[in-house]
Amino acid sequence: MNTLEITKDNSQDNLTGGAKTTQLSGSQAVLEALLAEGVDTIFGYPGGAIMPIYDALYDYSENLKHILVRHEQGGIHAAQGYARTSGRVGVVFATSGPGATNLVTGLADAMIDSNPIVCITGQVFAHLLGTDAFQETDVINITAPITKWNYQVTDACEIPTALAKAFHVARTGRPGPVLIDITKNAQIQSFDYTGYQVCNHIRSYRPKPIVRREYVQQAAELINAAKKPFILFGQGIILGKAEAEFKAFIEKAGIPAAATVMGLSALETDHPLHVGMLGMHGNYAPNVLTNDCDVLIAIGMRFDDRVTGRLDKYAKQAQVVHLDIDPAEIDKNVKATVPVWGDCKETLPLLTELVTQREHKEWVARFRELEQEEITEVIQNELNPTTEIMTMGEVIKTVNELTGGDAVIVTDVGQHQMVACRYAKFNQSKSNVTSGGLGTMGFGLPAAIGAWYGAPERTVVAVIGDGGIQMTIQEFGTIMQFGAKVKILVLNNEFLGMVRQWQQLFHDRRYSFVNITSPDFVTVAKGYGIPGRSISDRTDLKQAVKEMIDYDGSYFLEVMVGKENNVFPMVPQGSSVSEIRLK
Amino acid sequence: MDKQEYTITLYTENSIGMIGRISIIFSRRKINIESLNTSPSEAEGIHRFTIVIHETEDVVRKLCRQIEKQVEVLKAYYNTNDEVIWQEQALYKVPTNIVTEKAPVERLLRRYGASAVVIRNDYTVFETAGHREEIDALTEALAEYNLIEFVRSARIAIIKDSEGFHKKLKEFEEAEPAEEVIENRYLNKQDKVFTM
Repeated sequence: MNTLEITKDNSQDNLTGGAKTTQLSGSQAVLEALLAEGVDTIFGYPGGAIMPIYDALYDYSENLKHILVRHEQGGIHAAQGYARTSGRVGVVFATSGPGATNLVTGLADAMIDSNPIVCITGQVFAHLLGTDAFQETDVINITAPITKWNYQVTDACEIPTALAKAFHVARTGRPGPVLIDITKNAQIQSFDYTGYQVCNHIRSYRPKPIVRREYVQQAAELINAAKKPFILFGQGIILGKAEAEFKAFIEKAGIPAAATVMGLSALETDHPLHVGMLGMHGNYAPNVLTNDCDVLIAIGMRFDDRVTGRLDKYAKQAQVVHLDIDPAEIDKNVKATVPVWGDCKETLPLLTELVTQREHKEWVARFRELEQEEITEVIQNELNPTTEIMTMGEVIKTVNELTGGDAVIVTDVGQHQMVACRYAKFNQSKSNVTSGGLGTMGFGLPAAIGAWYGAPERTVVAVIGDGGIQMTIQEFGTIMQFGAKVKILVLNNEFLGMVRQWQQLFHDRRYSFVNITSPDFVTVAKGYGIPGRSISDRTDLKQAVKEMIDYDGSYFLEVMVGKENNVFPMVPQGSSVSEIRLK
Repeated sequence: MDKQEYTITLYTENSIGMIGRISIIFSRRKINIESLNTSPSEAEGIHRFTIVIHETEDVVRKLCRQIEKQVEVLKAYYNTNDEVIWQEQALYKVPTNIVTEKAPVERLLRRYGASAVVIRNDYTVFETAGHREEIDALTEALAEYNLIEFVRSARIAIIKDSEGFHKKLKEFEEAEPAEEVIENRYLNKQDKVFTM
């Protein structure tokens, strides 16, 4: 049996029965599906095997905005950025063969960071499959481990159901990327189109667990009895659109809460119960006190190894309440005393109702005491350095001051990413776009372009290192052509800084191939019609950042920062979170 | 926790590429699949995978949860050997003259309950079914008598404590179970909801 028949559940049969049909090509059906799903922006790159879809797009370009990227990897990262700031599904077009394989890094990134993405790839004619045809590659098998679902369409009749299922799978449950590979014959083929039916049920897929109240009850009992409860929150809050429910919960229970990198901005940075960021380069207090709390409440996070450090010394004293929509995450790394399996939009209000109104004043004060230590030892020097050389932290601080914390901060991967995540101020949700799980250098610039299309009314600042920008710098071309108003802020330390930091600390300063030279970025940007400047003097900083933010359009700013500055605190690999080093 | 043999039973949609999507979940974790069988199941249109691996329960449980994440997998169960009725099948090709002339061969075949499938002048094909050790013992014994060809199937297994998949499938097919149905069906079966 063809699996796609399953999506045609009973209710749909009645709707479509006896309905009028029109002749449509497979390509037109693809675009009709996108319109029906409310898609307004596509990031893509044409090529031989997807030409029929691009031909049809010619007639749809009034309703579907297509952003021609400069590389397919840029396309999918842009779709990720779009998904992250808009909360909607990002859509990517690419051709077969190299077009499809260029999506691989982005798919892996979207998979591990749970981004809802639908990729549509062209494929060679069905009769050529398996013949090593020109630009043929087995994209279904290549992408199987890095897609939530994928499917190859060889007959146009399958297109409406395949796409309906793709959008349903991508955005429900724990979101993820889906790839639909469509052979060229199916794109060309005409068929009787009976209209598009949105998919809301697949029998083999249960994205929304039924919440079991007795576990919520048990969780509430643990929390109510706790003397030192501590909350860890992840991107699940943002994906579940449960920011308000989360805030209501922590405020009633009076529990301090720390964010994972992916959870940042789910709660405003200035909230009195926000005690910072977790993880290897997170804040001192939440890391140390993880091993002191008595009840650890993890919400929509997955205990990544960068968060837990050494697992056998992680929160062993605590009872763990784990709220997650993905059952595979429960007990995967950290054993849960009480698992609350469900959508946190649903489970959090149930929990809030059952917890006692409390204030853990002394306990929260301990976080603040340790925070003072971190301020003295690390933060003060980073944000208000006394040296002549600029730090990354003071640049982020300046961005905070000039945007007031309302900007979307997109980062690439490395030292600048950790500094931005540590110091950026977020007033509203969906403001932090970064490659968390995969750590994809080259993510920043294209993701920022997509982030702007996802929230064009907001200021989007892309904080990128001198290494990462050179990985996807071709996307300057996309900005030039389509005008995304992205503020590109390169923090240049003339090194692949994070690797250099590790070589310094753990490899006896043997700096092996971390010394990277850069072009004259301002001239490169100028070549793409993007105005900009480079500064190396602190006295120019504020004015330069202001100029960048105020400019009506994309702007490039390079700030030369300390070459051998390190990001601290740091949980060295193989150490416990409570062994976090301040220097 | 000790490693032991586990039989994993999956109910899946019958779609192209399922074997690949399932097998990479094991290979990614460098876990060897001892045997893998796919067949139809008791429920129409639903495929049944039977997979045998040698692992700790903790690993098997996590694997099953990862497998269930696959969009086209309906359910994953895992069982120890004493929770399933299982067997494998084997075919042996031996020279006919040896079977007719050597008395120990005949005794062997009788002892293992092997039966002839094809008898020709030059060779005879026997089949037997049973547990791995039984088949291995017969194979080893026959090796002394010019065993020409041997093949053994993957394990197939029936779960002792299973009501079959018909009822479960009905639950899966309901798009939106009514509230009271949910209360009864899921909440009352605490562990079974979570245990995969």
